[in-house]
Amino acid sequence: MKKFEKLTSSVVPLPIENVDTDQIIPARFLKATTREGFGDNLFRDWRYDSDGQPKADFVMNNPTYSGKILVAGKNFGCGSSREHAAWAIQDYGFDVVISSFFADIFKGNALNNAVLPITVPDEFLEKIFNTTFANPDAELTVNLEAQTVTINATGDSFIFEINPYKKSCLINGYDDIDYILSHTAEIEEFERTRPFSFYR
Amino acid sequence: MGKTLVEKIWDAHVVKRQEGFPDILYIDTHLIHEVTSPQAFDGLRKRGIPVFRPNQTVATADHNVPTLNQHLPIQEELSRYQVDMLTKNCKEFGIELYGLGHPYQGIVHVIGPELGITQPGKTMVCGDSHTSTHGAFGAIAFGIGTSQVEQVFATQCLLQQKPKTMKIEVNGELAKGVGAKDIVLYIISKTTAAGGTGYFVEFAGSAIRSLSMEGRMTVCNMSIEMGARGGLIAPDQTTFDYVHGREFAPKGEDWDKALAYWETLYSDEDAQFDAVLEFDAADIQPMITYGTNPGMGIGISEVIPATVDQPESERPSYRKALDYMGFQDNETLLGHPVDYVFIGSCTNSRIEDLRAVASFVQGKKKAAHVEVWIVPGSKQVEAQAKEEGIDKIFEEAGFMLREPGCSACLGMNEDKIPAGKYCVSTSNRNFEGRQGPNARTMLASPLTAAAAAVSGKIVDVRELLAEYDVVKDNA
Repeated sequence: MKKFEKLTSSVVPLPIENVDTDQIIPARFLKATTREGFGDNLFRDWRYDSDGQPKADFVMNNPTYSGKILVAGKNFGCGSSREHAAWAIQDYGFDVVISSFFADIFKGNALNNAVLPITVPDEFLEKIFNTTFANPDAELTVNLEAQTVTINATGDSFIFEINPYKKSCLINGYDDIDYILSHTAEIEEFERTRPFSFYR
Repeated sequence: MGKTLVEKIWDAHVVKRQEGFPDILYIDTHLIHEVTSPQAFDGLRKRGIPVFRPNQTVATADHNVPTLNQHLPIQEELSRYQVDMLTKNCKEFGIELYGLGHPYQGIVHVIGPELGITQPGKTMVCGDSHTSTHGAFGAIAFGIGTSQVEQVFATQCLLQQKPKTMKIEVNGELAKGVGAKDIVLYIISKTTAAGGTGYFVEFAGSAIRSLSMEGRMTVCNMSIEMGARGGLIAPDQTTFDYVHGREFAPKGEDWDKALAYWETLYSDEDAQFDAVLEFDAADIQPMITYGTNPGMGIGISEVIPATVDQPESERPSYRKALDYMGFQDNETLLGHPVDYVFIGSCTNSRIEDLRAVASFVQGKKKAAHVEVWIVPGSKQVEAQAKEEGIDKIFEEAGFMLREPGCSACLGMNEDKIPAGKYCVSTSNRNFEGRQGPNARTMLASPLTAAAAAVSGKIVDVRELLAEYDVVKDNA
């Protein structure tokens, strides 16, 4: 997995609540059997009309906004467990998603793909949106080691939470399978000694 | 201090607990399907490792299969390739597959329970958020992403933080025409689509206890729609009776041992939940959604809440949802014309759902302008429906009984609702474009959907029931 340490970037603001994974990547694009190429269809139906023409009013089609940080309203990534949503976000070029609230499965999927989900308070999210709308080039700095996200223009900073294990995975580029496989003997011992074993 | 049911099952599956790390949680059963597994199989190939416990893994093809002419090769090339890939992968890695043409094929969350694979006390996962369905049996069951599918393939374990626990009690008696689907849509309308995030929910109370296993599955199925990791219900005689005798259920002495264990699976009297919610069954009427997330639901006799009554920061999203649906503040949905009715999905495609619909529509006809699709949850449900003559009732009513699959719930195959059309759907999600680009979904129970099919518009099924005096069902 790709390593993540520090990032300074302008942001793409998406001030919409309850962005579900069907919006991030509609089901009809889930027929691929590899992980690549989903970025082309990220937010497909918000980004393009039925003829495949870009919709001018969608933020990703607005050249004013660009960057490696996506900032969205609360409950981002709700709905389907499709990891294709995290793949699409990563493939498009986002390394960080900031929201005031993430759905559980999406958060786990993002972390497993070196996309850092950062949960911030509503007021801090509001500050990011306001700063970006006032100056689309305004940058944020994300420092994973220090667990900080900073609005460079104002100096406002927030210390975010992340599980220490997942943090070290991101910094070192490790994945969960390496870790669990190192405990295979304990898994086999668990199977041998459990008091009740299940069928099928 | 006593333990909650979630804690009992969770703790019995912890292989390793280490400070600063998530638990290594043992997974008893891994269900897979064609859409979220190919990249995980690829990962195994890249690492050069096998599936650790292939006999604890079961596969079916459901998301991407056509629901007509399943005996013919799949027409759509990418879908055919994905389904073929599942067959190839299962063969290579030694996994049992109930694919197209197999008498056990069906929606993954329908076949697990009906085959007796789903059992109390198990940990079960699947690369599908509606895995929570299996919690109806008192199992810890939840959806995972493809990287985690690969983890379970490789190790039969998952790294997981122990979730917080929430108890939702629904007490009292349900009114006629009100069932499991209405209970869960009502709960989500109160908690919002994010209200359960971070929690595992135990559903309890007399109204939940009164439900059949099918009804309980409907409730647990939609726990993800309030954001919960999963939902479950303590097993009881209803559960044991359902599991007993099924294909993969324990038999003979094994059954006695299993039963003795299962009878210990309940939350202790003094167990502490992180949150508790209580609802009165008498407050629940047939529910319908008006927006673009499952939390946007109202009782059928209520009006759409006004935008000004929403928190200020949420008004733009709320307005966007109503615009998408073509609805206004304070509008009633009663009398609103309907174009499509979809009865199916892992939420409501079991034999009990089909029976409820059949008992309601017997001797009636669908409204001329409405297209009605009934998609059974599995080949076994389809066969049972035919055995009971339910297929004839549907045929006479003008309802089309199709073949099993996820179908128009997510519109991944050809079964899409056209742009701008209104569909009353027994599925679980009303997200924008979920049933097809620009399709407009209204979620409801099988009975409310059947009533819409017959009337051609949204109606209060309680009034029709009073008129026709149809026997109340739990669907």
